[in-house]
Amino acid sequence: MSPRQTPSQTIGPFFHYGLNPVEANYPHSQIAGHCLASDQTLGEHIRLTGRVFDGNGAVVEDALLEIWQANAAGRYAHPNDARSNRALDPHFHGFGRCGTGANEQARFTFCTIKPGPAQPGHAPFISVTVFMRGLLNHVYTRIYFDDEAAANAADPVFSSVAPERQVTLLAKRYHTPSGIEYRFDIHMQGDQETVFFDL
Amino acid sequence: MSVLSGRDWKSQPPYIDQGYKSTSLRGPSRSLVKIDPELAEMTGPAFGDEVIGSLDHDLTRNGRVNGEPLGERIVVTGRVLDENGQSLPNTLIEVWQANAAGRYIHKKDQHDAPVDPNFLGAGRCMTDDQGRYRFYTIRPGAYPWGNHPNAWRPNHIHFSLFGPTIATRLITQMYFPGDPLLAFDPIFESVPEAARGRLISEFSLDVTEEGFALGYVFDIVLRGTQATPMEGTE
Ligand SMILES: [Fe+3]
Repeated sequence: MSPRQTPSQTIGPFFHYGLNPVEANYPHSQIAGHCLASDQTLGEHIRLTGRVFDGNGAVVEDALLEIWQANAAGRYAHPNDARSNRALDPHFHGFGRCGTGANEQARFTFCTIKPGPAQPGHAPFISVTVFMRGLLNHVYTRIYFDDEAAANAADPVFSSVAPERQVTLLAKRYHTPSGIEYRFDIHMQGDQETVFFDL
Repeated sequence: MSVLSGRDWKSQPPYIDQGYKSTSLRGPSRSLVKIDPELAEMTGPAFGDEVIGSLDHDLTRNGRVNGEPLGERIVVTGRVLDENGQSLPNTLIEVWQANAAGRYIHKKDQHDAPVDPNFLGAGRCMTDDQGRYRFYTIRPGAYPWGNHPNAWRPNHIHFSLFGPTIATRLITQMYFPGDPLLAFDPIFESVPEAARGRLISEFSLDVTEEGFALGYVFDIVLRGTQATPMEGTE
């Protein structure tokens, strides 16, 4: 008999000193932080920021977000993506982690680059995994970019989502004095409930 | 392209669970949207030994200030594998837990039990080329929580694993055999009954280190993947 999946359990309220201690001011290291890009990373540098809301519209202050994305050439830093016609970027790994409790507005912020489309005919996107107390299984969503309307409309995943819910997957682009910022809020429930994928 | 097995909902807890109150406002209320497995990312972050410090696998030592942490020393070991029974080598595991008195070092933990100045309760390890991991720690204590009157969490260690792709990501909790609190814990009980036993570690005299630490075995099964590289040309 083949082995069966180990059940998921909530991350609970007290993960910070284990998973993102640097951000929460504990004196030890973490495997990845909210900054994915350095000065040398290729591509358009962006800041990705937002908040997580519960079913009452209250801000969630103890969520953990992880993002995973392709580089500016649309390639993932992973052995399963061995496409030599797309360059790896030695200054970009593509994984980031940020909690929501570290600032007063309970915002998450990632500094990263806008990914290239990973396949011809697909839109660029960033994968997001969300964990929190009260969530027994993590959820997966994707961030698409609101300035990529034509690419999004042609994207096989984005376009498979019911039209009235597609807006929940779009990050809004802003020009700020400190650079390009995309804003993306996550709603766990309600009229604006974010599309979560059965990945 | 390779295809990944889905989340097995006969093994996984629901998003909204009557007993675990916080789920009612935090679990998604709509159905998940299916992604064609051919279109899902078959990649995820890979980590090497550079993320593992020399004491990260030993929670009995990585928080020492002026002495040994209090409590019962244990060694926890097991195999990480996928649903095909294939071992998963080089998989990062992060763990965190309360101390022997049931207190987290976390700033927001209000439980009136002592902090242990010599215990941090967080560590990391990596599976070896056979998919095996091992770490040393102190058996965590039970602690109260606000879910319902007289609610106590059973002894548990939080586990976070990556596996080969973002779809194999798992955060779970390891429990201990014979814990009387399991039957009263909505988080444990949220799991379909047939799958609950997979969250309980097994005591092992073979793993127990004579004169030093009691041994527990906890195997972890992640979703199955087949690593087929993407085509070299488009
Ligand atoms: Fe806990």
